[in-house]
Amino acid sequence: MRKYISFFRIRFIAGLQYRAAAWAGIATQFAWGGMNILMFRAFYEEGSNAFPMPFDSLSTYIWLQQAFLALFMAWFFDTEIFDSIVSGNIAYELCRPINIYNMWFTKNTAVRLSKAVLRCLPILIFAAVLPSPYGMSLPHSIGAFLLFLLSMILGFLVIVAFSMLVHATAFFTISPKGIRVLATSVIEFFSGGLIPIPFFPDWIQPVIYALPFASMQNTPFLIYTGYLSGIEALKSIGLQILWLLVLWCVGKLIFRYALKRVVVQGG
Amino acid sequence: MIELKNVCKTFKVAKRNAGFGEAVKSLFCRDYTYVQALNDVSFTVNDGEMVGYIGPNGAGKSSTVKIMSGILTPDSGECIINGRTPWKDRVDHVRDIGVVFGQRSQLWWDVPVIDSFELIRDIYKVSREDYKKSLSSLTELLNLSEILKTPARQLSLGQRMRCEIAASLLHNPKILFLDEPTIGLDASSKIAVREFIKSINKQNKTTVILTTHDMQDIEALTDRILLIGKGRILLDGTLAELKKRHSAFKTITVDYTGEKLPACENYKVTKDGDGRGEIIIDTRVITASQAISFISDHVEIKDISVTGETIDETVVSLYKEFAI
Repeated sequence: MRKYISFFRIRFIAGLQYRAAAWAGIATQFAWGGMNILMFRAFYEEGSNAFPMPFDSLSTYIWLQQAFLALFMAWFFDTEIFDSIVSGNIAYELCRPINIYNMWFTKNTAVRLSKAVLRCLPILIFAAVLPSPYGMSLPHSIGAFLLFLLSMILGFLVIVAFSMLVHATAFFTISPKGIRVLATSVIEFFSGGLIPIPFFPDWIQPVIYALPFASMQNTPFLIYTGYLSGIEALKSIGLQILWLLVLWCVGKLIFRYALKRVVVQGG
Repeated sequence: MIELKNVCKTFKVAKRNAGFGEAVKSLFCRDYTYVQALNDVSFTVNDGEMVGYIGPNGAGKSSTVKIMSGILTPDSGECIINGRTPWKDRVDHVRDIGVVFGQRSQLWWDVPVIDSFELIRDIYKVSREDYKKSLSSLTELLNLSEILKTPARQLSLGQRMRCEIAASLLHNPKILFLDEPTIGLDASSKIAVREFIKSINKQNKTTVILTTHDMQDIEALTDRILLIGKGRILLDGTLAELKKRHSAFKTITVDYTGEKLPACENYKVTKDGDGRGEIIIDTRVITASQAISFISDHVEIKDISVTGETIDETVVSLYKEFAI
């Protein structure tokens, strides 16, 4: 365990170095969050009854999404991992007494977390001081907040576990680019990254909820805003745990199979 | 102890001819050829031995190293290293070995070298004391003290390679695989690296297997040579044997005043003119000193040098002999 913690630390510290990138990210996310909220305001002014959640909840959802973008971003895949498979540098990693899946899982969480740590506070503070209904409101209750924290962690692990599957495709194709692009759009769309899942048509919602993507950012944010509460919230968390286990096991199996037949490329 | 028995490995390679038509055709139906990278490779290396593993590009050197370090699974054959099969007990096996791939890097690009070392320490669960000891001896031997705090991306190739080697030895492995460790290094870095390898082999009794194209590496480091070509072990012997077999011929270069170099049935004049000539002798027929005294009887020698076949030439002639 110690080696993974220490590996986490080195990647985390390395991630904190990129301060300029963080400032640029914060600026973009302010702009993007603001635009999103203004766009939805225009819709809401037409008649707020047509929408599944009140406008201030939506604002909260959007600000949470912007603040924790780095945790749940769909387009982030670790190029070092792809490169090490494609170029054969994985040889060194295979020469270490460690489990490659665990190590890369740790690495991916470390990179995402380091990015999120740098970005989330300024955005949260800014969003908290914005006037209602444009700003972020407090969680529904203390219970909801605790469930939100638990669900955040689970959602985070689910997206990392899913991205490990995408990383694993590099073992089987020469260039993983195509699958990356496809995976990015699928995750982004079905996880509620573009529009929150409750805004989707009613008939498709059960399908989306059954997919692993709904267990990423959607669940914690909806718990925070109070859209999901009580039994519903617990059910969703259960689903998150289920997906995490499934994705983790599938990932492990794929890695085990891939490493058996791996051909280290080049020289 | 390293024991390889009848190891075979085949790679599947997709092939197509040049041209658009061929490219389209290969979308639907691919031609594969099978390349036999290793064909019945067997050898044994004892503890504390230093072995040079040579062969032309694509001969199967790296594949052998990858099999021995547990990265690659062979199609058939046995490989037992310290009682373990590398690809079956990968995690336990790699604790005992150190590997340097000259063309790859194991240091984390954007953090100081010392951070990478600390991480390696945790990965191998080396105790604080042992780590301190090996780090200080490595720092001294490889002259690392000034570069440990620099991020790996800012090191020169020679500095980086020294750090790579140190990184592979922090956990004090019993066996060290070096895959082209001096590739791309300048003369002084090469010498430093060689000296270092020699000293750890002596002091720690580390078994070293070295693949290289640099014959000076072999000459400076190893007694025993394994020559591999087209996936087969062609020769397993000492450097001295190899040289004896192939370097009976010596070249004598003479600067002289006089008409012409004397002809003799015991040697061959290959070049002559303007007071400079070259003679090739077969030392089994005539010794160098006999030849020189014969020449000096006929012309006045101003300058003379005798050169044996370099080890590079020996190896090239070996390649020729085995047609690889």
